[in-house]
Amino acid sequence: MLKAESVSFCYDNTPWILEGFDFGVGPGEVVGLPGPSGQGKSTLAKVLAGHLAPQQGAVTCDGRPLPEGVFSPVQLIFQHPELTMNPRWKLRDSVAEGHTPDAAAFKRLNIEPAWLSRYPHELSGGELQRLALARVMSPQTRYLIADEMTAMLDPNTQALVWDAVLHWAKANGVGILAISHDRHLLDRIAHRVDESFAPPGPTPPETTCRAAA
Amino acid sequence: MLSVKNLSIEFSRYGSARRRTIIHPVRDLSLDIGDGEIVAVVGSSGSGKSLLAHAVLGLLPGNARTSGEILFKGTPLTSASMAALRGRAIALIPQSVAYLNPLSRVGRQVYRASRLSGKCRATAARSTDRAFARYRLDESVKSLFPFQVSGGMARRVLTATATAGDADLLIADEPTTGLDPVVARQSLSHLRELADLGKAVMLITHDIDAAVTVADRVAVIYAGTTVELTPARNFADGALRHPYSRALWNALPQQGFGFVPGNQPMEDDAVNGCIYLDRCPDRTGECRCAQPLRPVGKGHVRCCHAQG
Repeated sequence: MLKAESVSFCYDNTPWILEGFDFGVGPGEVVGLPGPSGQGKSTLAKVLAGHLAPQQGAVTCDGRPLPEGVFSPVQLIFQHPELTMNPRWKLRDSVAEGHTPDAAAFKRLNIEPAWLSRYPHELSGGELQRLALARVMSPQTRYLIADEMTAMLDPNTQALVWDAVLHWAKANGVGILAISHDRHLLDRIAHRVDESFAPPGPTPPETTCRAAA
Repeated sequence: MLSVKNLSIEFSRYGSARRRTIIHPVRDLSLDIGDGEIVAVVGSSGSGKSLLAHAVLGLLPGNARTSGEILFKGTPLTSASMAALRGRAIALIPQSVAYLNPLSRVGRQVYRASRLSGKCRATAARSTDRAFARYRLDESVKSLFPFQVSGGMARRVLTATATAGDADLLIADEPTTGLDPVVARQSLSHLRELADLGKAVMLITHDIDAAVTVADRVAVIYAGTTVELTPARNFADGALRHPYSRALWNALPQQGFGFVPGNQPMEDDAVNGCIYLDRCPDRTGECRCAQPLRPVGKGHVRCCHAQG
C-alpha cells in the first residue's frame, strides 16, 4: 500500500496546498483522481513520489518510508515527456536509466526499435511518452503515478498506451494513481475514483475575471 | 476565406557522416475554411498540424521547402504578403501565456496588438476596452502581469490579443490543452462567437470531442496528409468514411476505447501508396496506388474504398 498520512505541504511563502491529507493506493489498484487545475493534484503526485518532502505527515510505501538514492518503487510520469529526457542523449541511453526493457515490452507499447537510436527532438510527443513509460515499467516499480499522462496524445495512442500500462500493472500487481481532467477516461480505467479534489455541485457559469485585491 | 491545396513541407537535415536526409513532416495537406466557419484540424502529435499554422502565418524556418498553394481570399499567399497580413488580417491565438511578454502588463499587450494591426491610438484603446469587455475581463486585470493570471484568464487575454485587431482569419493552436473542462468549454464558446460574427476559425486540436462539439467541419490529418474533410456531425452519426477517422473516434474513452496498433510513418519514410496502408484493417491490393483526396458524399476522403 502506498500511503500518505495526514500530509501537509506548502512552498516557502504560500498557504497550505495540502493540509492534513490522507490518501492510499493498494497494490494492483487503479485509482482515478479528477479535479480542476490549481487544487494541488500535481503537488500530491510529487509528494507521493518523493520528489517533494511534506512539512508534516509521512508517505510510506508498503509500510516503509520511500528509499533515497536508489531506484524508487514509486515512479512518476508527467504530461510532457520532452522535459524528462536528456536532449543530448540518444533515447536508448535515456531508457536504460531505468532498466533494460525486453523486446516484448517495446512491442506492447508499439515502440519501433529505430526510435532508440534517435534524439528526443526527432520524435513526436506520443512516441516519447511511450519511451518514458518503457523506462519506468521496470520490475522494481510497485506504484505508478500518472499525472495527465495521456493529455497530449491523440485518442488512438491514448487507448493503446493505457492498454499496455493496465496489462503490465495487472501482471505485476502494480498500483496506479491516474490524475486527469477527463472523467470519461477515469471511468474507463480506474477501479475507484477519488473525489478529494473534485468540485462540489454543478459547474459554475462564466464569471467576470477580476484582479485579486 | 482560406484554401490550402496540396501543401507539402520538406526540411533537409544533416545526419551522421554528413549525409543529407530529407524529412517530410507535411506531405499533402488540403483544406478550406469559409467565412463564419470553424474548421477543426485533428490528428496525432507529429502529424503536421502546427506546421500548417506556421505555413499560413509565414513563420516556417529558413531551411523549409514548401510546395502547393495557400490562397487567402482567393489570392495566393507569398512570403511578403504573409508578413503584411499576419497580425492584421490573419491572427494567431497561441497556446499558453508563454507567448505573452512576461515583463509587460496584459492590458498594455492587448493595446499593442491592436496598434500593430494598424489602428491609431484612440481606436486601439477603444478596441482594447471592447476586447476586455467581450471576454468579461475586469478593468483591474489590465494592470496584471502574465504570471499573475490563472489558466482560464490567460485564455481570455490571449483571445483578446488576437481579436483586438480586426482579423478575418483566426488560428487557434490547441486552445484547450491543460485546461479543466469548464474553462475549456468557455474558451471554445469564445471561438464559436467569433465565427458567428463572420470570422473564419482554424481550430488545431487533438481533442476530438471538443472539435466535434464546436466545429462546423473537421479535417483529419495523418502523417502530414489530409485523409478526410467532413462535416463535424458525421463523427457522432457514424458517417465517417476514412478508417483512420473512425479509429480516432472509436478510441475515445466515452466511445469504445479501442485502438489500432502500429505507428504513423516516420517523417523520413517515403510513402507512395495509401499513407495508412500498414495499419488499415481493410487494405487490399488497390491501396498500393497513389490515393488522391476525392469528393465523397458531403466531404472529401483519401481512401479508394470510400463510397458515397
